[in-house]
Amino acid sequence: MMGRLTQGVPRRILIALAVLLAVLLLAPWVANDYVLTVLILILYFAYTGQAWNIMMGFAGQLSLGHALYVGLGAYTTAALYVHFGVSPWLGLPVAIVIAAMAGAFIGYLAFRFGVTGVYFAILTIAFCEFARIGFDHFRWVSGSSGFFLPVANYTRNDLWNLRGSPAMFYYVMLALTVVAFLICHWLLRSRIGYFWQAIREDEMAAKTLGIDTFRYKMIAVVISASMTSVAGMFFAFYYNNLFPEQVFHISRSIELILGPIIGGIGTLFGPIIGAIVLTGLAESIFELLSALGWTPPGARQVFYGVCLLIVVMLLPDGIWPPLARKLGLDKSRDKTER
Amino acid sequence: MPAEIYLNVAISGLLTGLVYGLMALGLSVIFGVVRVVNFAHGEMMTIAMYLAVALFASFKLDPLLMLLPIAGVLFLLGYAMQNWLITPFINRPEHAQFMLLIAVAIIMVNGLLIVFGPDAQNVQTSYSFDSFAIGPLIIDATKVYAGLAAIVVAAALFAFFKFSLTGKAIRACADNYTGALVVGLDVRRLYALTFGLGAACVGAAGAILVLIIDVTPPLGPAFTLLAFIIVIVGGLGSMPGALLGGVLIGVTEALAGLLFTPSAKSMFAFAILVLVLLFRPEGIMGKRAS
Repeated sequence: MMGRLTQGVPRRILIALAVLLAVLLLAPWVANDYVLTVLILILYFAYTGQAWNIMMGFAGQLSLGHALYVGLGAYTTAALYVHFGVSPWLGLPVAIVIAAMAGAFIGYLAFRFGVTGVYFAILTIAFCEFARIGFDHFRWVSGSSGFFLPVANYTRNDLWNLRGSPAMFYYVMLALTVVAFLICHWLLRSRIGYFWQAIREDEMAAKTLGIDTFRYKMIAVVISASMTSVAGMFFAFYYNNLFPEQVFHISRSIELILGPIIGGIGTLFGPIIGAIVLTGLAESIFELLSALGWTPPGARQVFYGVCLLIVVMLLPDGIWPPLARKLGLDKSRDKTER
Repeated sequence: MPAEIYLNVAISGLLTGLVYGLMALGLSVIFGVVRVVNFAHGEMMTIAMYLAVALFASFKLDPLLMLLPIAGVLFLLGYAMQNWLITPFINRPEHAQFMLLIAVAIIMVNGLLIVFGPDAQNVQTSYSFDSFAIGPLIIDATKVYAGLAAIVVAAALFAFFKFSLTGKAIRACADNYTGALVVGLDVRRLYALTFGLGAACVGAAGAILVLIIDVTPPLGPAFTLLAFIIVIVGGLGSMPGALLGGVLIGVTEALAGLLFTPSAKSMFAFAILVLVLLFRPEGIMGKRAS
């Protein structure tokens, strides 16, 4: 298994990844709570970006409503935990099934009726907004007044119920991110991965070659939705409160896809680099503005938008592809540049 | 409930829907010609609304009189955006254009938040509480003026595209990009002009809408979404479709607000969107692209 995974990957990359993983594993011993929180955010966006990338980067289907799957995962696991005392790890399969069904439903509707491109993107937004308003009126999870998880004191880490210190959440998120990375790495080189890329580049041609495009697009949506719902569980138990207006808000969906777009769509390292750059940018802007003593609401976001604008205008393919060329990794097989 | 109430609410929804339609018309014109989806559309709408509020608060200028100047300012904004920002992105993939306009939208929303603060602001005109009574129906005067103003602006735009030479040239660009280049049209300038006109529509719609709705910065993304829904329901690129879609959504939301809880009214707009995408993806008045 390990042999197949590392096959064809340049040794320097493996060493670099091993060093990075070691640093990340040791981080909680040296980092203070603030740095740890930022690292958790980076890992969270790297994970969700990776999951979104399966749909957009691999199979070419632009989803702008991934907050739907985060929200479904979050609400399912949280409601099972609060109402029935079910451990999030046992609630997770239920959440995954629900998110996968939602994804399959949207995919079925769209791909059956030839809804593509911009129309598909707007359909995904519409379902997410539909869920937002629906959950606002969903009494079982307290509707718009917010759903709260009991907060435990941090004397003991309870991994089974996901109650504990930031360090525990950090390791959970790190594990999820590593697993997502490996899954994507494996998917990209599997038969399915090549089918997806064929569909992304030219759907008509892929169809002519005998690829069942409907089936493989459906698989992409279901896998992406399932993986995203796992992030939802993390979100619910890390933040301990869920408001439909926040969880399903369109800005959550956008936040989630900025990383992979900035980092490089369709690449394995894109979502990770994008998450680091964006979160780092947001935090340093915040620090800078606080240091200057100028913190009107929105100032941070304006600078965020300006930086985003500059990156989009200057780096059309995202950060990773040109970086990979600089590092001489052009021929590495894990990169599928468009 | 007596039947008049339903009719009253439906008419009020229809009049508001006309203003929504004018806003969506801007999006439709831009997409129909430039083939760029303006993800900052609602944000431009809130800019126009704040302009109207600021002019009213400082100089007591009626938003309906300020309609043309505000539309003019938004025209310049749209022209500049297309000319300097979007032109290099014309041949880039959809998601790149999307990112660009999302960045613009983020800057606009939060810029407004810094300048005007998070509180809702509105305009109280001398005719705010007037109404017309026609038989058993009581219709809000403000909404009648708003609906009429929206129709006038939309008619002016239709006439421009139908009869003026520039309007014809823009339609030529939309029909056949290469053909337009071959006969020597300055496509870049015409695209900028089109984006400007779309933005002017939004500007007019914004100036009108402050009469009906209080403005806050987060309205921007909500309006962007609303404009999308209307345009897809009506048919992307179809001008009458945008107005029709606006009226349809306006009436649906108004009636849904009456029959169910007002906060759930948008669900019905989304339900219509899903139905249209399923059974008539090209929209009610749209032509099938492929």
